[in-house]
Amino acid sequence: MYAPVRTLSWSVGLAVVLVGVMIASAALGPVRIDPTVVAMAILNAIVVPTGVVFDGSVTIPGLEWGLPVPGLEYASVFKFAVPDTHQTIVGDIRLPRIALAAVVGFALAAAGTVMQGFFRNPLADPSIIGVSSGAAAGAVAAIAFPTLVPFASLHLSAFVGALGAAFLVYAIATEGGRTPVATLLLAGVAIQAFLGAMISYMLVHSGDDLRQAVLWMMGRLNYSTWSDVGFALPVSLLGVTVLCAYTRELNVLLLGEEDAHHLGVNVERTKILLLALASVVTAAGVAVAGVIGFVGLVVPHIMRLIVGPDHRILLPTSALAGASFLVATDTIARAGPAEVPVGIVTAALGAPFFLFLLTRKEVHSV
Amino acid sequence: MIGTDAPRATDETTDDESTTIDIEDVSLSFGDHDVLEDVSIGVESGEFVGLVGPNGAGKTTLLRAISGALEPDTGRIAINGTDVHEVGSRTSSRLVAVVPQDTSLSFSFPVRDVVAMGRHPHRSRFSTPDQHDREAVDDALERTRTTDLAERPIDEVSGGQRQRVVLARAIAQETPALLLDEPTASLDINHQIETLELVRELLADGQAVVAAIHDLTLAARYCDRLALLADGGVHSVGSPAAVLSTDALSTAFDATATVTTNPVTGTETVTALPNESLETDVLSSVESDSSQSAGQSTRQVSGRPSNPRVHVLGSGTTAAGALARLETATVDPAADDEDDDRECGDDDRGDGNGEDAVSESAALEVSVGPVARGSVAADLADQFATDSVIVNPFTALSSEHRERIDDWLRAADVVVLADADGGSRDGPGAFLERLETADSFVPEHTVVVTDRSSVADRAVGDGGSGWRYDQCREQGYEATVETVFEAVGASLEDRVGSDRLE
Repeated sequence: MYAPVRTLSWSVGLAVVLVGVMIASAALGPVRIDPTVVAMAILNAIVVPTGVVFDGSVTIPGLEWGLPVPGLEYASVFKFAVPDTHQTIVGDIRLPRIALAAVVGFALAAAGTVMQGFFRNPLADPSIIGVSSGAAAGAVAAIAFPTLVPFASLHLSAFVGALGAAFLVYAIATEGGRTPVATLLLAGVAIQAFLGAMISYMLVHSGDDLRQAVLWMMGRLNYSTWSDVGFALPVSLLGVTVLCAYTRELNVLLLGEEDAHHLGVNVERTKILLLALASVVTAAGVAVAGVIGFVGLVVPHIMRLIVGPDHRILLPTSALAGASFLVATDTIARAGPAEVPVGIVTAALGAPFFLFLLTRKEVHSV
Repeated sequence: MIGTDAPRATDETTDDESTTIDIEDVSLSFGDHDVLEDVSIGVESGEFVGLVGPNGAGKTTLLRAISGALEPDTGRIAINGTDVHEVGSRTSSRLVAVVPQDTSLSFSFPVRDVVAMGRHPHRSRFSTPDQHDREAVDDALERTRTTDLAERPIDEVSGGQRQRVVLARAIAQETPALLLDEPTASLDINHQIETLELVRELLADGQAVVAAIHDLTLAARYCDRLALLADGGVHSVGSPAAVLSTDALSTAFDATATVTTNPVTGTETVTALPNESLETDVLSSVESDSSQSAGQSTRQVSGRPSNPRVHVLGSGTTAAGALARLETATVDPAADDEDDDRECGDDDRGDGNGEDAVSESAALEVSVGPVARGSVAADLADQFATDSVIVNPFTALSSEHRERIDDWLRAADVVVLADADGGSRDGPGAFLERLETADSFVPEHTVVVTDRSSVADRAVGDGGSGWRYDQCREQGYEATVETVFEAVGASLEDRVGSDRLE
């Protein structure tokens, strides 16, 4: 029986685990730092806005004067005594990467949960309607042919590519105001194949940029900055929050669309909303971190085995578990024997763990 | 159509106290294929209407139109005065609940959660279940006797239990109208009855129930009214007794079926029979033959050659079974001679009502008697308009009746002695003994129908059956109810053969 208390306790528990994993991760690396120092350094890194300043301006064609752009002034909340080197290592080098891993894991696992429920298909993952392929195409184009891409940043190019692919799949699969799930699935497969061909073509002609492009596609969290977090965090938090308000609909949709309609769900509108939000959340994660596979597929399954199929508890717990999972795997990718793209680690560790769970407990189809 | 979100008419109900599902002139087509044409049915509060009809008649489509899942091309469907297609799914799901034929429940939600999904239309997005929600779920679980299953995962309960859970979900929805699509299709007989008894209990609360039901006998037993759908339209609406007639079933289902009153439930029981037909050459030969030798036949359809005549002598279920088999066997149209065939067809169209479909195509002219009033055989004779002598039980046969039976026996090409206990003192054998015309009666031209189980048991000649009956058993054909038509055909063929030799 669903109880809000159960959801809350699981969520709080997993949030605590996440914080623990983040602290442990920040302590590990070429320079080992004491966890208490790490905790203090992390608290030192927390800033709150204290005021608004107008320190920049943009010029708009046709206007004679520049428009002032509001910016925020920040101040640290905590001022613990932490050695400067350690504060720099934790606050400026490790923490952005750890925070980004948490955000991306959070986003991918949440989107994967929604997609699996939406498609009533255990093989569904966040990229099932072409989001990752679109992002990869956008990113590879930006890397290999920077002159042809109108977007300045790699992230933006990947983000736009991701949403473009998702929208294309949706538009192709929709006819007369209805979007049959099976058509959506197949259109997604077709678009992914097509984009795959485009990506391969671009890779073949990418010359010296090949290595960078391939590494992006493997998914990596190196070079993470606070601005990446600043982009991905609000998008995923907002998206997942709204998705959490639709978990009851997601449950009812599991009965099939016609049953859902008979139970008062506005099926087509709910489908658009779920698809759009899941795609945006996925796109935000993929754009900043590249294609990180397996998180969105396996974490929801693992959580389903543990907490059950009810999306009201499954969605928040999957998102939080996904965050911990990606932070942990990225720590291994970063601080392990040799630095590797995190996508390799997620798959290499996630698959055996998932197989272990499979043999322990029978998996129900979604 | 799913997802149309028209402006909401929140909870606007008419002043009318009694729930009514109003289906007015609804037509619906899939592409070029018209599934429903001008269907109009009204369902009152507390009424259980069964949709019956052959596969593809549009039963499920009509249910989906009532539920709002399919929008009709023309016409209107209103529940409590609210057009279900004008309002959003949230409003319509407060008016009508659906128990679908199969729900995909392959995930391990606890039964209670599945039932609680029925409360979805009544809850706002961020609310937690309130007292009333919980009560409605508990009540639904209790009524469907699924309280014990409440914490079990839905994918671990049996098919019958699952059906009750889905019904509980619909009950928890607390709607004035309830639709069920084949609620008993995959259930064993016990669960079928249990489910439909439960539905009847709901009627006391004033719900209007519409169910598509394949099983005509179950439909007749539980529904207040039946709507027989055929070829996209409503063939007839009315009480089960009025709707389920042999003719209606033959028109709607293209099936040979008999309708009898079940002695236990007192409701109609429908039995479908195989379409048996007589071989061509036998029929035509006998026709010419019988018109010569059975000249004194009192009953020739004017303008048409008479078919082989068969008299069924016997009582009880064996006679009834034999009668049904013989009356429903048909002539292959090709068997008739071509002119006659065309003439027949024209007649049919001329009549325009198609009601004589059964008698028109009957291969045999059957008569039966004496049978007791109120017996199954008498019921069937009535239904098929068979020439019959029906007598009141425990009374002696009047001389007038005796003469009629004499005539029929004399005119008959084959006499079927049908009685499970044919050798008894009151059986057809004893009847034959007392018959004045029995001397002109030819034992070779009889078919003796025995109960399947008793064929081997009873030796010839024991009991008080008399020598004529024994003679029939030795010289005539022996058959069971299932094979009686075959045996009659064989006997006729024999007769044709021997007549030709002579």
